[in-house]
Amino acid sequence: MIVARHKTGLVFFPAFDWAISPTHPEREERLLYTQDQVFEEGLFDIEGISEFKPDLVTVNDVQRVHFCVPDPWSVMTESHFISAGGAKTIGMAVMDKRVERGFALVRPPGHHAMRVVHGSRGFCAVNIEAIMIEFIRAAYKVRRVAVVDTDCHHGDGTQDIYWHDPDTLFISLHQDGRTLYPGTGFTNEIGGPNATGMTINIPLPPHTGDEGFLHVMREAVMPILKEFKPEVVINSAGQDNHFSDPITNMNFSAQGYAALTDMLKPDICVLEGGYSIEGALPYVNVGLILALAGVDYSRVREPAYDPKRIRQPAMVTARIAETCKEVLAIWDQRERLRERAGDPGTLISRERTLFYDTDNIVERQKETVRVCRECGGAWKVDSSSDRRKRILAVHIPRHACRACQQTGYDWFDQAPVTGFDKVFLQDRTKDQFRIKDPQSPGA
Amino acid sequence: MIIGLDVGGTHADVVLLGTEGLVASVKVPTDAGDLFQTVLRGLEEITADVHPETIHRIVLSTTLTTNAIIQGQVPPVGMIVSGGPGIDPALFRTNEHYFTVGGAIDHRGRIVEAVDPRDIKAIAKQLRREGIRQVGVVGKFSVRNPVHEIEIARILGEDFDKIFLGHRVAGSLNFPRRIATTYLNAAVHPVHKQFFIAVQRSLTEKGLSVPIRILKADGGNMQFAASIDFPAQTALSGPAASVMGSLAFAPDEDEALVFDIGGTTTDMAILVNGVPLLDPAGIELGGYKTLIRALETHSIGMGGDSAVRVENGALKIGPERRGPALAYGGPVPTPTDAMFVLEMIRGEGRQAALDGISALGAQLGMTAEAVAEKIFDAACHSIIDAAEAMVARVNSKPVYTVHEMLEGHTVKPRKILVLGGPALYFAHRLEEISGYKVGVIPRWKVANAIGAALARTTCEVTVFADTERGIATAPEENYTENVSSRFSGEEAVQLAYRLLRDKAARLGGTAEAHEVEVVENLQFNMVRGFYTSGKNIRVRVQVKPGLIQDYDPVAGRLTD
Ligand SMILES: [Zn+2]
Ligand SMILES: [Zn+2]
Ligand SMILES: [Zn+2]
Repeated sequence: MIVARHKTGLVFFPAFDWAISPTHPEREERLLYTQDQVFEEGLFDIEGISEFKPDLVTVNDVQRVHFCVPDPWSVMTESHFISAGGAKTIGMAVMDKRVERGFALVRPPGHHAMRVVHGSRGFCAVNIEAIMIEFIRAAYKVRRVAVVDTDCHHGDGTQDIYWHDPDTLFISLHQDGRTLYPGTGFTNEIGGPNATGMTINIPLPPHTGDEGFLHVMREAVMPILKEFKPEVVINSAGQDNHFSDPITNMNFSAQGYAALTDMLKPDICVLEGGYSIEGALPYVNVGLILALAGVDYSRVREPAYDPKRIRQPAMVTARIAETCKEVLAIWDQRERLRERAGDPGTLISRERTLFYDTDNIVERQKETVRVCRECGGAWKVDSSSDRRKRILAVHIPRHACRACQQTGYDWFDQAPVTGFDKVFLQDRTKDQFRIKDPQSPGA
Repeated sequence: MIIGLDVGGTHADVVLLGTEGLVASVKVPTDAGDLFQTVLRGLEEITADVHPETIHRIVLSTTLTTNAIIQGQVPPVGMIVSGGPGIDPALFRTNEHYFTVGGAIDHRGRIVEAVDPRDIKAIAKQLRREGIRQVGVVGKFSVRNPVHEIEIARILGEDFDKIFLGHRVAGSLNFPRRIATTYLNAAVHPVHKQFFIAVQRSLTEKGLSVPIRILKADGGNMQFAASIDFPAQTALSGPAASVMGSLAFAPDEDEALVFDIGGTTTDMAILVNGVPLLDPAGIELGGYKTLIRALETHSIGMGGDSAVRVENGALKIGPERRGPALAYGGPVPTPTDAMFVLEMIRGEGRQAALDGISALGAQLGMTAEAVAEKIFDAACHSIIDAAEAMVARVNSKPVYTVHEMLEGHTVKPRKILVLGGPALYFAHRLEEISGYKVGVIPRWKVANAIGAALARTTCEVTVFADTERGIATAPEENYTENVSSRFSGEEAVQLAYRLLRDKAARLGGTAEAHEVEVVENLQFNMVRGFYTSGKNIRVRVQVKPGLIQDYDPVAGRLTD
């Protein structure tokens, strides 16, 4: 009999009746062969591995993280409520110590979904990791969380959500943004003035293989995590770095993914992308589950595996070593960089244009944050889309200082009656979400 | 007339049913060392005054294979396992002569690596040398493509009594369970075969030439001749027999719990619209997790004879049984003794019961009546709690579609059917505690044998089609056909039903429209690049567990 060294919980929700469109990579068939492999290997019969039925997230859970325009029902399908719910179920199982580790093998994914949501981008509508994290923060008083995003695409949504949060360390490993969607995630993106250094981007050249990924993990990710001392480590476990993935250019293998998991020892994994549905996902997921559970994974191998064909070029190896040095240097200087990012009490603004590729929406944002040394700082986002919707989103962080709370309330109360379709206040000190609808009288 | 026989741990119940209802019933003690004599005696006694020609059906539920597996009284068999990449198949070892060999098939049924015939020949030689007569052959994903299992069996040749192939035992994906199930079939094959040939011969000598049927764990039966290929399916048929016996009295359009309250344990099952729920995985027996279809049942160590004691100032009931109640000369107080003290049961054992319960009362500073009340109440509560937990567990089984997640059926039983020795006494209190309506199964003393007698023949067929590969297969049925790219989900269902009817006939039953249902029906467009390259279709159909068609008039008269 096989016994898991670490009690591991799984939520498996392949959403066999949900697709973005019939031939979209995010379609019914995506986890079909993964289910076949997981069932055939008998993983759920291993002593210490158990399967949980997902819960559905509530609108409150979503609104701890997002400002959905005009409301959550308009941007989410049932499947989003379930996949975020699957992550939440695993979060609860781990926090309640029913299991030591957990994996939400769910779809659709979430790491491209940002704070303000006008629609879907990068196949994502809501950020399922962030919804889970903010739930466990509210329910279990967790403070320091690390998210390690190993999807091939830059986790720009998770980065956006935690840009100003000094309690969340976000590390993304991904194929260089100059060669892949969404085109961001460079080493100089390091977080806002109140959380400088808490966002870490490690762009990797095309053709990075097992050697490169494990080098980054060993030399950069693990030492940084050790210093940050998170209470919970989340892995956004995208599987599109695989050598057979049709929409990326990396050389990672099932063995590599399992070894990465073995090294990271995440408390909670959440599936992200991965579109080589026959040649990679069945094997990567089996390897990942076995590694999480502490069961031998050495014989997991995809049929097309050929180490010679996917060997990492020497130039790539050198480039990765340099990037790691650069990232570590920024990490070491993070206190100084934060001092220089702005003077306490002042307001800093930035403007950006965001594109929702999945739903073909263009959004313009003006973000303003109060620089603060006491807390994560209040911020607001004035967001409008080419669908002629304009909203104001105001956020008061968990553990906000008095001044930042006051600033947030002032912004919300004083928002002009005309010009916005909705004005939102996300007051995390009270776990409250308020909506002003200037168009309708009596609001 | 129909004979139903159910062998239990202490005795065997036998019933004779006719159009007039229950004609006769007998009870014979079980001789665990000689089940053959037990079965024969039961059959002899029930047919003592009957003309053999009037018997048209005989169904047996025995502990033969269960005991053989649990006690490990099986001959050595050979297991040849082809795993391919994944978990090391050596970790799924079932027995001594267990060999892992090369060869690999992937999830679509494509060959990744061939089997090396030299390995198989070497193993065959060793097995022959050691005098092994039964062999099991199992490959990973063999239900997607059985070619390696068939190839290995061919190389093994004609030198063995029987070779069991993994893809024939069940259509589901689960390699370790397929290995265990194939092993158990091979292991119990000789004892099963000898036993029933002997039974059939003895019956023939008495002029009873009707082919015997054997009850399975899923509450259905199969004819002996067909059971030779799947003998392990007859394991753990006992709990199923009782559940089937309750069916005649179950509401047709409602949900109900069935409690079989015995001396040592209470077994529970769930009925939905008169059909017992099946366990989606398979039975666990003797440490083996299998693909053997079974009713969803749960057993707790609480019954009329559960040992009662005081531990750290608190009452503790069960889970073990030390013997009968004090009232019947047993060693320790039991819930049955509590019922004597409360005068729910009357008889001469009351003094012994009262003495034992009073002694517990002295430890707790309570009167005997108060302790008895507490014991009885706790026993009823623990049964209801376990039943509610079982319902919750059934309702929390994972589902894989948005539709099932949001609109899936939630089981909400509102009725309890009880049977078994102490059931009569428990009924009223169970009703008070649960708020459910509680009914006692008529003829509960022989409900198990009645259940065996009236159970229909059940079976299941899985069809898997991959139109890109151009195949439709039903692995258990040894069926493969080439299909065109236009092969549809509807055609797959029709194919499955056709194979189901053939299979039911082979096993000795029918597959009438009201007896069958589609259990699973999934169809996926396979998209490669931006084009649909084929369809991936999975269909599972079954003959539901239930009673034979002409049971109605019979059951109606059972209540008298
Ligand atoms: Zn990433
Ligand atoms: Zn991705
Ligand atoms: Zn502040």
